Amino acid sequence: MITRSRTEVTLRVDPIACRAHGLCAEEMPEAINLDEWGYPILPGGPLPPELVRRARAAAAACPVLALRLEQRRR
Amino acid sequence: MTATELATGAPALNSIIGHAMPDPYATDRLLPNRRSPSLADHVARLGPMPRTTPAQLAGLLQAAGLLGRGGAGFPTGRKVSAVAAAVISKRLPAVVVANCCEGDPTSLKDRVLVERSPHLVIDGALHAAEALGADRVVLAVHDDSPARFVLAAALAERPLTSCEVTVVEIPDRYIASEATALVRYLNSGDARPAGRLVPIWETGVGGRPTLVDNAETLAQLALIARFGPGWFGAVGTPAEPGTSLITIGGAVQRPGVVEVAHGTPLATVLGRAGAPSAGWALLGGLAGRWVDLSAIAGVGFSTAELAAAGGTRGVGSIIVLPPGGCVLGETARILRYHADAGARQCGPCMFGLPAIAADMTALGSGDRGALDRLRRRLPVINGRGGCGHPDGAVALAASALLVLSTRENGHLHQHLTGGGCQAQPVVVPLGGASAPRPGAPSRPAGSAIINSTGRLS
Repeated sequence: MITRSRTEVTLRVDPIACRAHGLCAEEMPEAINLDEWGYPILPGGPLPPELVRRARAAAAACPVLALRLEQRRR
Repeated sequence: MTATELATGAPALNSIIGHAMPDPYATDRLLPNRRSPSLADHVARLGPMPRTTPAQLAGLLQAAGLLGRGGAGFPTGRKVSAVAAAVISKRLPAVVVANCCEGDPTSLKDRVLVERSPHLVIDGALHAAEALGADRVVLAVHDDSPARFVLAAALAERPLTSCEVTVVEIPDRYIASEATALVRYLNSGDARPAGRLVPIWETGVGGRPTLVDNAETLAQLALIARFGPGWFGAVGTPAEPGTSLITIGGAVQRPGVVEVAHGTPLATVLGRAGAPSAGWALLGGLAGRWVDLSAIAGVGFSTAELAAAGGTRGVGSIIVLPPGGCVLGETARILRYHADAGARQCGPCMFGLPAIAADMTALGSGDRGALDRLRRRLPVINGRGGCGHPDGAVALAASALLVLSTRENGHLHQHLTGGGCQAQPVVVPLGGASAPRPGAPSRPAGSAIINSTGRLS
């Protein structure tokens, strides 16, 4: 039997709060890219479970708290 | 409840209280022949408004299939239900905002509607307010627009209700009448979009559940509440019953606003306006799509049919380019307008829009590299803004690129090889000094299309 995690975690940015500091991409380069103006391009859809801890660190690194994790039960 | 039950069962319908229904097959529903009719004229034409409950109203709207007329096309019944649910869960009275601003400079329909039939718009707003138990109604108009006097005069004719109804002037900017920007302005005086994360149906004006609906949407709501979904759907298509107001402008002999039954072929609509049968037109407003007139002649005017044909309903405007008009030049102008109109709050708006506007201008000047830059930048900007403004600009630019890489490939080649372009790229109205203003009524009623008025100068 396959065990599945109960919640889906998605990264979301508040585009109005974001000031393109870019720390999120430094924290999580494997999943977050910056556009040519320095604003983050986030992975679409739920994160693989093994990336959730790193995503939390990326969100915590944002100086203006524009990056957040959204959890949804599935 | 089925549509039939709603149409016959609601105590609200005027057939029951004895007022004759207007002919459902005549599409002069929204625009009476005389401008600014008095409340007495209005009631004589359409009868009094019925009373309602939230469930009744949401049911009627869903049965009627009414989609919002401000550009996004969201189902109005679902919006009303969401606000009604928030009123219960938050235990706060709702606020209703009638958006009469019409921020898109290609559209005149709401201005014409408010001038011709202010009481119908007010009926819709007050009816929604009554259903939702709202104690505040805001009629939002642009700064200095004639609509503020028309609405104030109409309000003065009405008996006082327990609901506070005010006309509020909103800064005359494209982005200021976006729903979250309207709410933010009413709360704080800052008319910039608040972002997609703000649920205004729960936490809107004064922190209360807020229904923001376009003026035409509310006018349609007032008709559906009076006469029922059966009457509403006597014309239109099964997928989209009823009528719409359309603004036709650009290179046509009879520009103006018409009311059409959904599904009316574009050839009919454009033929009556005296448009050429071939060439390009901008459909749906400044966030719209370019369409080939000869290819869409047989397409019916409805949300689904237009989308399937590569167009979009958007704000319901059709701006026709003259023969030889330049899609590239017009798009560059509109993208510069979008870049200037942005609220400059988010990266895609602040940097993305000026970049693609410059790219489109450069393409027109023969810069081949601009084509690659646009193809790279458009998908990066799309969907990442604080509001839908950047997405609208991206959709327009993508539509222009599609035209330029297919049917107008030869014309693009002219631009790229310095062959020059003779077109005068000043067709699509962008407001400002040349802002279109409603003119005098110019045509008598017809059967499929009626009441043309308002010229795009």
